[in-house]
Amino acid sequence: MNYLFYISSIVAIAATVMVITRHQPVHALLYLVVSFLGVAMIFLSLGAPFVATLEIILYAGAIIVLFIFVVMMLNLGRESAIQERQWMQPKTWIGPSILTAILLGELLVLLTMGGSAPMPQQTVDLKKIPLSLYGEYVIAVELTGFLLMAGIVGAAHIGRHKKKYLHRFLKQEEEAV
Amino acid sequence: MQSYSVLVVAAILFVLGLLGVLTRRNIIFILISIEIMLNAAGVAFVAAGARWGQPDGQVMFLFILAMAASEVSVGLALVMQVYHQHKTLDVSKLNNLKDDIEV
Repeated sequence: MNYLFYISSIVAIAATVMVITRHQPVHALLYLVVSFLGVAMIFLSLGAPFVATLEIILYAGAIIVLFIFVVMMLNLGRESAIQERQWMQPKTWIGPSILTAILLGELLVLLTMGGSAPMPQQTVDLKKIPLSLYGEYVIAVELTGFLLMAGIVGAAHIGRHKKKYLHRFLKQEEEAV
Repeated sequence: MQSYSVLVVAAILFVLGLLGVLTRRNIIFILISIEIMLNAAGVAFVAAGARWGQPDGQVMFLFILAMAASEVSVGLALVMQVYHQHKTLDVSKLNNLKDDIEV
């Protein structure tokens, strides 16, 4: 199980590095799928198979499909890749890289300084998750329902296009006139 | 396997997502990086839940998942609207709220 964790975390980190450095949006999305699958393997090695399944179905399935639809509808192809290449000059990414490297160093020092305990190698019982979800966290589940409802209504309202023409025959008449 | 190794992986993923948010100028890449950061937070939650053998970490991951789904749907609707109105995805071009008056 240890080797499973280390290999999958290396794959996830390498794929994430590839995601944030690609120029083509579709290539970045494909590497993002690999990154999510790596994180799902990390969950599996931590003894959480339910969460690993949800990661694959919802992240690598649903959210990636949303991104791919938007990339397809906006027709982001070679021009956007050329534009990205112009934007990704070293002077734009060196400063943030140094700052985030300092932050990462601080995080690593803090995480390794505290007491370390061996991870228990057992799976959390699957029956305990819904009992806890609909028991002590039931208000959070209802709030999540509110949030999803607001997300649906907001996306439908923001994404709506104003029609320029009422009907296609009216458009032809206007052009004819 | 020690408990901090999982947290180190989560921290590396989070910092990579943060770097993506800071360096990219395309809105779609910024949204992708936000997804990476949310995912890293989920890894930390599940690791903490597995460390104590409790289901709370996985329950929190479910909430993070629902939040990420609603966030990305609204965000991508905004991306579509921005592209139809401005014909660009460059965030530095979206400066209509900037004050033009020279003081």
